[in-house]
Amino acid sequence: MALFGKPACSCGVGHAGLVCAPGDDPVDTAVVRAVFGGTPSRRRMLRALGTGTAMAALSQVFPLAAAREAFAQAPGPLEKKAVKIGFIPITCATPIIMAEPMGFYARQGLEAEVIKTAGWAIIRDKSINKEYDAAHMLAPMPIAISIGAGSNPVPWTVPAIENINGQAITLATKHKDRRDPKDWKGFKLAVPFDYSMHNYLLRYYLAEHGIDPDQDVQIRAVPPPEMVANLRAENIDGFLGPDPMNQRAVYDGVGFIHILSKDIWDGHPCCAFGASREFVTGAPNTFHALLRAIVEATGYASRAENRKQIAEAIAPPNYLNQPQTVLEQILTGTFADGLGKIQRVPDRVNFAPYPWESFAIWILTQMKRWGQVKTDIDYAAIARQVFLATDAGNAMEKAGMARPVGTTKTFVIMGKTFDPATPEAYLNSFPIRRG
Amino acid sequence: MSGRIADLKAVMLSLLLFALFLGAWHLAVTGSGTAANVDPEYARLMGAAAMQGTSAMPGPVDIAVRLADLLAHPFYDRGPNDKGIGIQLAYSLGRVLLGFGLAVTLAIPLGFVIGTSPLLHKALDPFIQILKPISPLAWMPLALYTIRDSGKSAIFVIFICSVWPLLLNTAFGVASVRREWLNVARTLEVSRLRLAFRVILPAAAPTIMTGLRISIGIAWLVIVAAEMLVGGTGIGYFVWNQWNNLSIADVIIAILLIGLVGMALDQILGWIGRRLGYQE
Repeated sequence: MALFGKPACSCGVGHAGLVCAPGDDPVDTAVVRAVFGGTPSRRRMLRALGTGTAMAALSQVFPLAAAREAFAQAPGPLEKKAVKIGFIPITCATPIIMAEPMGFYARQGLEAEVIKTAGWAIIRDKSINKEYDAAHMLAPMPIAISIGAGSNPVPWTVPAIENINGQAITLATKHKDRRDPKDWKGFKLAVPFDYSMHNYLLRYYLAEHGIDPDQDVQIRAVPPPEMVANLRAENIDGFLGPDPMNQRAVYDGVGFIHILSKDIWDGHPCCAFGASREFVTGAPNTFHALLRAIVEATGYASRAENRKQIAEAIAPPNYLNQPQTVLEQILTGTFADGLGKIQRVPDRVNFAPYPWESFAIWILTQMKRWGQVKTDIDYAAIARQVFLATDAGNAMEKAGMARPVGTTKTFVIMGKTFDPATPEAYLNSFPIRRG
Repeated sequence: MSGRIADLKAVMLSLLLFALFLGAWHLAVTGSGTAANVDPEYARLMGAAAMQGTSAMPGPVDIAVRLADLLAHPFYDRGPNDKGIGIQLAYSLGRVLLGFGLAVTLAIPLGFVIGTSPLLHKALDPFIQILKPISPLAWMPLALYTIRDSGKSAIFVIFICSVWPLLLNTAFGVASVRREWLNVARTLEVSRLRLAFRVILPAAAPTIMTGLRISIGIAWLVIVAAEMLVGGTGIGYFVWNQWNNLSIADVIIAILLIGLVGMALDQILGWIGRRLGYQE
C-alpha cells in the first residue's frame, strides 16, 4: 500500500473512482469473460453497451446472483489458519473475545489469537499495518478509514456488527441533582473516540436538549480505561462511554448511570467487527470462516440464558480483566444504578450481527453534521461498500439464524424518524449543526 | 572507623524514614469502616470501596500480599494478554537493550567524529538541541505510521530518545581531551587510528560512561510509556492492563519494580565505569 495512495474503490480491483460499477465485481468480470471469451471482444462489447447495461442484459440469461452467492460460499481450504484479532477490553467486544475461550474460532478450523490493544488509534494503525487480520472497531471507524477521514483512505469493511445498545451516560455522583441536560452548560464530557457512536449519540442527545455540543460543553476523547480514573479525579463531569466503564464507575462509588444509550436510540449499533477489503478478497475462505465464527458467537451472546456463562469466560486478566459481578450486571441487565436503586433492563446490551446499510448512512449524516466530512458524498454507495450485509446475511442463514429482510430500514431516535432514502433532508432538519 | 559509623547511622535513618512512611500510609488508607445503610441486594452489586467506606487506595499490607502473589509465579503464561511479571520485565529489558544498543552503535562513533571537528559540532548542534527534548509519546504516532510495526516502533522510540545524551557526552569528552596529550602523540608521530584508540578514547571514557548511564536511564523511562501505548507485552503493558482494572495495588508494585530495575541498570553501568576509570 503506497503511503500516500489515491482514494481507491474498496473492491480491491484497481480502477478509477471510489465506488465500483457493477462490472468491476470480480465475479461479474469472470462471468463476462466466460460468456464472451477473449478480452478484445469483451472490451468492445462493454464499450458499446456500458458495463451496467451489459451486466443487466447478462443477468437475464445467466443466474448472476447465484454465481455471486456460490462464489461467496464456496467451501475451500483456509488460506491461513493462524489469525490475529485485536480488541479493546470493553463489553462491546464480547462476541470477538468469547469466541476464543468458548471455541467458536476453533470450530471453524481457525487458530485465532485475540490481542488486547491500548486504544482506538492504535487498533486502527495496527490493522492498517496488517499486524492484525481483523479487529474490533467502533462502527464508524471502518467508514472513516474507507473515506479517509482522520487517516489515509484504505478500503475497509464491516462484515458484522458486534453489539447493539450497551452504552450509557455516566455522571459524577456530585451531579445527581442535575439530571436535566439544559443544566449541563460548562460540563466537560468524555467519549472514547472522535469517530464513535458515543460521540454522535452524545452530541445528538445534547443538541436535542438545546445544548450545542461544541459551544456549550467540552467533549474530549478519552480512552475507556481512563474514563473512571478521570471521573474520580474530577477532570470530567461525565462520559458517554462503553461498558464496563459505566458499571465500573458505579461499582467504585464514583458516579451514577444517568441514562442508558438504549433510551436515546433503542437498537443502535455500537462496535463492529472490521476487516480490510484486501483481507476479504485476498483470503476469502479464512474471511468467511472468521465471519461464521463471529456470527455464531454473536447469536449465542444474544440469548439471555447464556449471559452469566459468558461473563465468567471473559472476566479473567487475559480478556477484560474486570470483576465478574460488574460484567454480570452489564450482561444480565440487573444492575445497581449508583443512586441506590436496582434496575432490571434485560436488553441493556444486546448482540446482533447484521450490518444494516442504514446504520452506515446514519453515521455518515452525523459525520457530515459535525464537520468530520465536508464534501458531498454518495451515502448509499459508501454504505454498500463498507457494510457487507450480504455476507453477514449468508453467514446468519448458515448459523440457523433468521436472515433480515432487505439491507436498509428506518428507525426512530428520540422521537425523530430517520429514513435512509433521504439522508440530506434528514441532515438539514437539525437546527444545531456545523457548516 | 568513623566512616563505618556514619554509614550505619545513614542506614538506620533510611530504615526509620521508610518505617514512618509505611506507618503514615497505613493510617491514611484505613477508612472509617462505617458501612452505608442500604439494601443488602444492592450492596452485593457494589464494590467494597463504595459500600464499606474503605479507601480505594490499597495499604502497604495489601501491596505486600499482592507482591508475594505475583512473585510466587513470575513466569506463568495464560495467553497473549496475561503473562507473569517476570516475563513482562524480560520483554521490557529486551526492548530497552535493543534500542539502547542501537543508540550506542550510532552515538559513540558519530560523537567521536563530532568531537574531533569543531565545525561539525557547531553545524549539528542546533539539530541535536531541537531533537533532544522531544517526548517518546510524540514520536510514537509518527513511528507507527512510517515503520508500520508496533514492536519495531517501540524500539525506534527508545533509540531516538536515548541517543542524544550519549552523542553529546561522547562529543564533549572527545573535544576536551587535554591538548598536551594530543601534542605529545603528534610529536611521537602516532598514527591516527592509534591516536583515537590509545589516547582519545581512554581519555574520554569517563565522560562517555556518564553519557551511557544517562542514556540507559532515559531508555528505561521511555519503555514504560511506549509499552502503555502499543500494548501487548512488557511492564508498561502490565501497568496499563491493571489500570484498566483500576487495580492500584498492581500499579504500585509495577512502579516499585520499574524503580528497582532502573537502579540495577544504572548500578551495572556505574560499576563498569569505575573499572574503566583511571587516575591521573
